[in-house]
Amino acid sequence: MEPVFALLTGIFLTIAIYLLLSKSIIRMLLGVAILGNAVNLLIFTSGRIMREVPPVIGPGLDVPAGPVANPLPQALILTAIVISFSFFAFLLVLSWRAYSTLGTDNTDEMRVAEPEDATLPPLGY
Amino acid sequence: MAVSSPSADLSAALVLQPVTALDWLVILPVAWCIGIGAILMMVRHRTGLQPLIAIAALCVLAGIDATLLWHVSQNGPVTMVMGRWLPPFGIAFTVDLTGALFALMAAVVALAGAIAAVTDINDSGRRYGFYPLLMLLMAGVSGAFLTGDIFNLYVWFEVLLISSFGLLVLGSEREQIDGAVKYGFLNLVATTLFLIATGYLYGIFGTLNMADIVVKARELRDAAPLTTLMALLAFAFAMKAAAFPVNFWLPASYHTPRIVVSALFAGLLTKVGIYALIRVSVMLFPVERQELSFVIALAGVLTMITGALGALAQTDTRRLLGYLVISGIGSMLAGIAVGGPGGIGGAVFYALHSMVVMTALYLAAGLAARLGGGFSLSSLAGLYTRHALFSALSLMLFFAVSGLPPFSGFWPKVMLVKSALDTGAWWLAAALLLTGFLTTIATARLFLLAYWRPAGAGAPSGEVALPATLLVPLIALTAVSILIGLFPETLLGLVQKAALTLNEPSRYLNSVFPAGSAP
Amino acid sequence: MRSLILRTVAPLIVGLMVLFSIFVLLRGHNEPGGGFIGGLIAVAALSIYGIAFGVETVRRAIVFHPLAIAGAGLLLSTLSGLLSMVFHVPFMTGLWVYPVILGEEVPLSSVMTFDIGVYLVVVGAVTSVALSLEERGED
Repeated sequence: MEPVFALLTGIFLTIAIYLLLSKSIIRMLLGVAILGNAVNLLIFTSGRIMREVPPVIGPGLDVPAGPVANPLPQALILTAIVISFSFFAFLLVLSWRAYSTLGTDNTDEMRVAEPEDATLPPLGY
Repeated sequence: MAVSSPSADLSAALVLQPVTALDWLVILPVAWCIGIGAILMMVRHRTGLQPLIAIAALCVLAGIDATLLWHVSQNGPVTMVMGRWLPPFGIAFTVDLTGALFALMAAVVALAGAIAAVTDINDSGRRYGFYPLLMLLMAGVSGAFLTGDIFNLYVWFEVLLISSFGLLVLGSEREQIDGAVKYGFLNLVATTLFLIATGYLYGIFGTLNMADIVVKARELRDAAPLTTLMALLAFAFAMKAAAFPVNFWLPASYHTPRIVVSALFAGLLTKVGIYALIRVSVMLFPVERQELSFVIALAGVLTMITGALGALAQTDTRRLLGYLVISGIGSMLAGIAVGGPGGIGGAVFYALHSMVVMTALYLAAGLAARLGGGFSLSSLAGLYTRHALFSALSLMLFFAVSGLPPFSGFWPKVMLVKSALDTGAWWLAAALLLTGFLTTIATARLFLLAYWRPAGAGAPSGEVALPATLLVPLIALTAVSILIGLFPETLLGLVQKAALTLNEPSRYLNSVFPAGSAP
Repeated sequence: MRSLILRTVAPLIVGLMVLFSIFVLLRGHNEPGGGFIGGLIAVAALSIYGIAFGVETVRRAIVFHPLAIAGAGLLLSTLSGLLSMVFHVPFMTGLWVYPVILGEEVPLSSVMTFDIGVYLVVVGAVTSVALSLEERGED
């Protein structure tokens, strides 16, 4: 099962990086969304995949009976999902604000903070 | 109320001996910052009360961090695990000298920022939540310096990143939105790269605890692609630290927020990236750092030179300072590349010096804008006649950032140049000296144009009084820089000891796995 | 939204959802559930209330500013972690107490207060976002 997931992670990462290289902010946002999923899948795969038993300790027991799936990657992914979701929400709002205040969604044209024609100081006095 | 105690023998999984009050110093900085941040969120509309609470809280934080530093320097690294669970089950907070030094300096810088913010951040900025965000930022920064767990480090990175987003867009001007877009996307990519590396790391080691990784890396070194992992981590942290060629987000965004926010960012954020790089490359993967040392050195040289040249070319004082931040990061990378107590000690020392001086320089740029009416070098002039004391302070800071004696920048530079020459990397030493020279020219140009140039006719002139809340932090930070420069022995001893602990982490390991419970 | 049907049903649904969110929160200690998911259910309830009666009504109904609620939750969670300082065990160690209320043993713990803190953080933070978005939709 792992090779399939590894391949899928690779495809996700490729798409995400391709989209992030774009100049349009909307495409970059889509890239960010896919990037988050690629990483989650990667953590899931690197924690070893096991399909039989969920990591739940039965009632009345102190330890699980028999082998169970590794619960840690799931906890890591849950954390990463919450964080990447909040990031995505922030960037989405930010991009919308940028579009409405700067009037463009092309990163090449966002030069307000880095003006190209700043007046130079005198060379002597 | 009691701690639950099942019947089975749990000594392999749980801490069973009682925890002393001193051990609590490890977790207190973070818990304190989060708690105060929460209280400040609850009193968001009491704008007069907020600065008082925040400044008092940051004084306490500096006290806690100083006590922690004292404790660690006396007794070696200290560990506390969350919820009694021993590693690799529980998250461990482990503090050694490096972490304690960084945490203390961060608290000092944040305190200076909080005092300067009394004047610089107005009521609407306070209602928006400047002080709660500052406390949460400090929680993230302290957590990153004190944690002993890789994934936890990632979480603290995100905490400080989210707070920094909030601080960056405080005010929502067009410039800020523009800068925040670039800052947001590129930092998100950097932390995601870190997360990818963490995923691989977990796949290889099956643990996320740093001490556990040190032990397991010795056995796995030949069987696992650790150099690739180290390269990925180094790239992610270099991006956070704004090293060449992934530095472009910094000059695009650092000059856009309120000047206090810029000062805090310059003092705190990039240094967290450098700290993480030092921690991972020196302690976790020393052999791999050796293999990559040429790449890191090359990145360091290019970072220093591009930073210094960028500073020479700028006309906006804040962007000029942004390039100086980058140039300093290059010097730290050079130290990491050289390795050994001299190189690593030099890098740590340089980072501590840079935290103080860069924050002070941004605050000075804010004051200069108040006196001269802007940040552009083409219009700033005659500051010397407006406020002589402020000009003297600025000149001292310019010397400090250029690495001239008797200020704090001199000693780390000496350590770095010496250790580079000792390892035979003469070109690295030459680059460090050349950077110092270029930085001197860049700051001299700033001083000549903004301070000494006679103000034109019609420009504001005459002595002006500056608000004490802005002047006091500047004076205090400059005093710290001078004190470090004149009496470097204590700090030199501490950073060398810190570098030794990083190079030979047996005491760090012993603190995480007390005798007998080693894996 | 001026819909008579929604305005008639909303109070019923909202009450039920808030009750259910608290049930999910308390159930979360040993079974699926917990503060995060419980908090999200409560936010959904408040959002429906906002759609039916307007944002101002919701703000009056929850009395405190949403971010103040989030701050209180954060403080509660931190304090639950710090409570273990008194008992000489590491940060965030679970502490339990078993009072007998009306002849029934009720296990209470610092884990539960931590989870209630998480619930409040989620309710406060997400409600704040949801309300500001709804406000923008109204005008």
